[in-house]
This record gives sequence, structure tokens and C-alpha cells, in this order.
Amino acid sequence: MDFLNALILLLNYIFVPALAYGSQLAIGAIFVTLIYGILRFANFATGDMMSFGTMVAILFTWYFQSIGLTLGILPTALLAIPFAILFMGLYMLTIDKFVFRYYRLNKSPPVQLAMVSIGVMFVTQAVVRIIIGPSDRRFFDGEKFLIRANEFKEITGLNEGLAIKSTQVITIVVTIILVSTLFWFLNKTKTGKSMRAYSDNEDLALLSGIDPKKIVMITWMIAAILATIGGVLYGLDKSFKPFTYFNNMLPIFAAAIVGGIGNPFGAFLGGYVIAFSEILLTYAYKKFFMYVLPESMEPVGLIQLLSTDYKFAVSFSILVIVLLYRPSGIFKGKIL
Amino acid sequence: MRKNLNVIAAYSIMMGLIILVGIFQSWNIALSIFNLCLISAVMTMGANIQWGYAGLINFGIMGFTALGGLAAVLISVNPVQDAWSAGGTNILLSLFLIIGIVLAVRFVLKRYQKSKIRNYIIAAIIISGIIIIRLVSEPGIEAIEEVNPARTGFLGGLGLPIIFSWIVGAFFAGGLAFVIGKVALGLRADYLAIATLLISEIVIAIIKHEDWLTRGVKNVIGLKRPAPYEVNLQETDWFINLVEKFNSGKLALISDLSERQAALNQFVIEGSSVFVKLCYSGLFLVVVIILLILTQKALYSPWGRMMRAIRDNEEAANAMGKNVVKQHLLIFVLGSAIVGIAGAMLVTQDGLFTPGSYRPLRYTFLIWVMVIVGGSGNNFGAILGGFVVWFLWIEAAPIGLYLVNLTTAGLEDTHFLKVHLIESVPYFRFLMMGIGLLLIMRYRPKGILPEKIEIK
Repeated sequence: MDFLNALILLLNYIFVPALAYGSQLAIGAIFVTLIYGILRFANFATGDMMSFGTMVAILFTWYFQSIGLTLGILPTALLAIPFAILFMGLYMLTIDKFVFRYYRLNKSPPVQLAMVSIGVMFVTQAVVRIIIGPSDRRFFDGEKFLIRANEFKEITGLNEGLAIKSTQVITIVVTIILVSTLFWFLNKTKTGKSMRAYSDNEDLALLSGIDPKKIVMITWMIAAILATIGGVLYGLDKSFKPFTYFNNMLPIFAAAIVGGIGNPFGAFLGGYVIAFSEILLTYAYKKFFMYVLPESMEPVGLIQLLSTDYKFAVSFSILVIVLLYRPSGIFKGKIL
Repeated sequence: MRKNLNVIAAYSIMMGLIILVGIFQSWNIALSIFNLCLISAVMTMGANIQWGYAGLINFGIMGFTALGGLAAVLISVNPVQDAWSAGGTNILLSLFLIIGIVLAVRFVLKRYQKSKIRNYIIAAIIISGIIIIRLVSEPGIEAIEEVNPARTGFLGGLGLPIIFSWIVGAFFAGGLAFVIGKVALGLRADYLAIATLLISEIVIAIIKHEDWLTRGVKNVIGLKRPAPYEVNLQETDWFINLVEKFNSGKLALISDLSERQAALNQFVIEGSSVFVKLCYSGLFLVVVIILLILTQKALYSPWGRMMRAIRDNEEAANAMGKNVVKQHLLIFVLGSAIVGIAGAMLVTQDGLFTPGSYRPLRYTFLIWVMVIVGGSGNNFGAILGGFVVWFLWIEAAPIGLYLVNLTTAGLEDTHFLKVHLIESVPYFRFLMMGIGLLLIMRYRPKGILPEKIEIK
């Protein structure tokens, strides 16, 4: 019984939250890696593009709510996502046309494109803050919990409760659908294959008659889908605040690099690596050991490897270690 | 003279703008903008050395700034004797342990061949070392933080004049840069950018949360000053006389004696804060000029030519027998040290150390906008960039308000759009920064004052 309790404890406080957080990071990391692999620059506007997509989704959600359209137990935001993606795609293509295209055609060095993306970052930030403001917003509606801690305790008769938020389930389900579709697209369809070819060797791809304009456009559209969905999922699970999204750029970058930048599958796993290590290293294991060990050996302190203040620092330290020993990332991306 | 006409013109316009602020808003605001412009100029010079001379991207600016600020605290605050006696030995012991770990790892690295076992040994040393350090330092840290937590709760510093911290800050930042450079300089440019950004986040997380060293988010206030205090100035005779002489014209217009006295008091209070700010400006100006002379000399020296050669073609420079790795490390350390000086200056000027206010993402990019807008590779350009961008950053809100009022003049004051726009005026600064950066990058990629190399 004690062992089961300990297991549920870990599930409740580590596994489920880390899985949800990891999925959110993974989507962002694939976004970064895709832009890096195909358009060949580090996109510093990542976090703000995600917050822009989320903002549009929130505005649509409010509109739907005002006309009384809801999804019942599911959050209305899910209904708003397709519209937000369309908007976001338009925004991305506009930015590309007016900003990035010029540098791409001039074959500017990646550093210059990264600098330009900082300009885009500032502009996007301003637009988001001017339209929706900098404050914290929750836009979740519908049923909050799939399983409540109390119900779980009653059903199983255990001491520890397991609470699963519906947003966590939605996050994981949506991530699985999205990522598997994306990989199917990249690996099986002709367009996807040409995208990978373009990422591998631009000149060779051009010689074989791949249209770069089309590739770039599709990349931005996929980026729009990833940015919007990733942002909305994070916002549903936690809350929407432009500055948090801006900050999330850092663990997302860490995930992309740890996984091997330019490698979508690596980025996907990198998200989970970052999320799990953040939570595993900062969780206080006292209660866990109280269940597992006999009473005489009960721990004194909190048994916490690092204080939660260092949550962000953990993922960055992992990144530094990976950079030291495997600069191409765990799953062999491009060597930078 | 003729060649430098654009430099002179650009600087006079900038000075004119600051003077205009002085006339229309107040001299206090103008001087505080000017002071922060000078500090930004030092930071941009540091970034410019790295980016403009050598093509290295350092997005860790805020980490180095924070370290400089930490230096100001550690140098100027009086030592807290109680805290030292409570937990000083534990902290010192941990320090020795850290040195021991570093030495042990170095020893293993030197002594044994590269192998899996060596990696495991190193990992074991580091992990066991961290556990021992935690066991040793924990009671010490708790004891220190319990010493009068409302006022101190940290070890304090050395109690020296704060000016020394400018040099020490440079050493701190340079030391960190050395470590980072050893780790990260082999990476390609955009990768280096991300790595330095993340490392600076780690540095700030440590400064924020190690209360025994820095008081963390409780902030350190009331640091020593290199300039006189306003309160003391207001009571000194020579200063009052000076203010009286300065404002004699205005004072003569007031006939009533008591009113004149009140007006004089007002002038003295205003004057004292302007005077203090002027003191700071003088100090900062000295730093900027010294750094400018040094960097200009370096730029036109054989060393500067070598750096440009490395920047423009690493392989060729390498083939000519230049040690690229070593030079990159050197310039990374030098540039970061300059940023460290700026960090110490910033804390000196504020008189307080607030770790919570170092936000890497925001201000790092701002500094970079300064470098690029001003003109990378050109020291005068970098300084000008610091001035222009900081000026716009501060004055963006008034300008934005003016623009909003202009464009929505046809709407009623209570119209929701107008109210909303006026509320979001502070965010126009991001818009201005972004559009400014994009325009400069597109149409004048070398900045306002582009780099130009004269053969002398």
C-alpha cells in the first residue's frame, strides 16, 4: 500500500505535470528547430509569436463566448484555434514578405537574420501588449478536472490523491495528434520530403526542381500552426501573460538545442528532457521517502536536490553540459 | 575635420535633444537620462568590442552587468561581523571545497586518458562535491540569514569606497567571461548567442536566490556614494551661495524677504539634486573618455588589425599564424569586463542593488539594438547608439502619447479606442525599438555611424 501511495505521489506531482509541460515545450522546440533547419536562423521572436497566436485565439474565444458558442465540457479556445491559426499564418507570411525575405534572397549570414528576428520580436511584443495588455489572463472554461484528488482517494482508498486536470489531458492528446501528423507529413508526403531535402542541402534541392518559395511558405504555415497550438495549450494549462511567453523562449531554445537543433524529433524529445529534469531536480522528495522507507529511517530535511528558485537554471545547466560534450545535441542535429 | 563632420553633427543633435528635455521637462530628468546614456554607452562599448571588432555575439550582457553590481555591493558595504562569526567559517570552508573540486577535476583531466571511466570519475567528484558543499554550507547559510534578517542577513562587503568596485566589477565579469569563453567560444555565432543568454540567466538566478551573499530579492539599499548627499549639500554654505549667485536674476525679482528665502530654499533643493547628478555625470564621463581613448588606440593598433582580419576571415588569419581561439577568448574577456564596469557604475548611480531588476531578455536586446543602430565596429557609433536608443526608450512614452492624441484627435475623449490606446502608450517603446531596428538593418546595415578604417 505504501509503495502504491509513493507511486501515486510521484505520478501526481512529477509525471503528469512534467508530461504536460514537456509537451508544451516540445511543440515550441519543434517550431524553433523547423525555422532553424529550413530558414536557417535562430528565431528570437519565438516566444512572442506564440503569444501573438494565443492572443488571437483568446480574442476569438471571447467572441464565441459572447455569442454563446461553447464546446460544453471542453474549453472554447479549442474552437478558436483554427481561426487563430489562419490569422497567425497571415501574420507570419506578412512578416516574411516584408522582413525576412529580403535577407534570405541576399543570402545574409544567419547572425543577421537572428538580429532581424529581434526586431520582429520587439514589434510583435508591442502589438500584443497594445492590443490585449500585459496583464495575466485566464481564458479556460469547461470542466476543470478529469479526476479530482478527493474522488480518486475515495475510489481507490489510498492516502494520496491523483488530480488530473483536463487541460493536461488536452495538452497531451493534442500534442500526440499534432506531432504524429507533422512527422507523417515530413516523412511520407512529397512536400514534406522536399522540405527535408531543402533543409539538408539547399543547392541540391534547388537543382532537383524544388520550389523554394513554396517550401518557405509551407514552413511558415506549419510554424503558425505550431506557435498557435503550443501557445494556446500553455495558456489553457497555466495562464496567458505576454512576459511569461517571452521568458518561455529560453527553455524552448534549450529543448531545441538539447535535442539537436534542426532535428524535429530531437526537439520533441528535448522538450520532455528539459521538463522532466526541471521538475525531478527541484521536487522535495520527503514525502516519497516517508512512504518508501521504514519509519526509523525517515528523512529529516526536505530531500530537495535544488530549491525551486533554480527551476530555469536547471534546464540551462543541462544545455551547457550538452554543449560541452555533444555540441550537436543528444539526437545529432546539425553541427553548428 | 571634414571627415568627422557626420560624427560631430550626430553628437551635437543628440546633445541638443538632451538640452531640449532639460528646458522643456526639467534639468533633473535631462541629467538622469544623460547619466544612464553614459552607462549604456559603456555597455555598448563592451558589446561593440566583441561584436564589432571580433564578430562574437554576447547575449550575456545582463549577467555581466549583474556581476558588476554585485561587486559594488561586496566592495562598499560594511562587513557584518555577526554574520561572519555565525557562518563565516562554513562559507570559507565551502569556498575551499569548490577550489578543491576544480583542482581535482583538472588533475583527473590531465592525468588520465580520455575514456568513459574518466568521465564517470569526474561526474562522481562533482556530484559528491556538491553534496558535501551543501552539507557544509547549509548551517552556515541559515545562521547568516538569521542575523538580523530585516536589515542585514548577509555577509556584507569590505567597506571600501565604492569607486574601487568599478575595477573589481571588471575583474568579476572578466573572470566569468573567461570561464564561459572556455566553454562556449567554440560554437558558431547564433549558438553562442543562445548559450550566453542562458548562462546569464543562470548567473542572475544565483544572485537572486543566494541571500547570504547578496540579500537576494530583499535588495541592498543605501550604498555608499562617491558624490555628496543632497541633504548635506543643502546645509553647506558655499553651495547655498553658489545657488544664490546662479539664480540671482530670478531672486531679485521677488521683493518680499521671506518669499525670497522660500524661493531660495526651493532652488537649493532642486540645485542639490542637479549638482549630485552632475557629479555622477563627471565621473561617468571620465570613464567613457578613458575607455574611448583605449578602444580607439586598440582599434588602430596592430592588434586591432589582427582582430579585424580574424573577424573577416578566420581561416586566413589562422593560416597566417594568428591564434584565433586565444584572441577570441581575450576579446570576450575584455568586452565583458567593460560591461562589468558599467554594471558597477549603474549600481553606484542608483545607490541600491536590486537583483530582481536584471531582466536578461529585455535589456540584453536593448543593448544590442544600441550597438547595431549606432554602428558596429565604430566606437563613436556605439556610444551614439547608447545615447540615441536610451533617449528614445525613455522619451518614447511622451512621444507615443503625442502621436496617439494626434491620430485620435477626431474621437471623443471617452471613446473606448482612444482610452485603450492611451493606456497602452508605455508599450510604444517596444514598437519604436523594433521598427527602428528593422529599418536600420534594412537600409543602413552598418548603423548611423558606419565603421570606417583609415590607414594611418
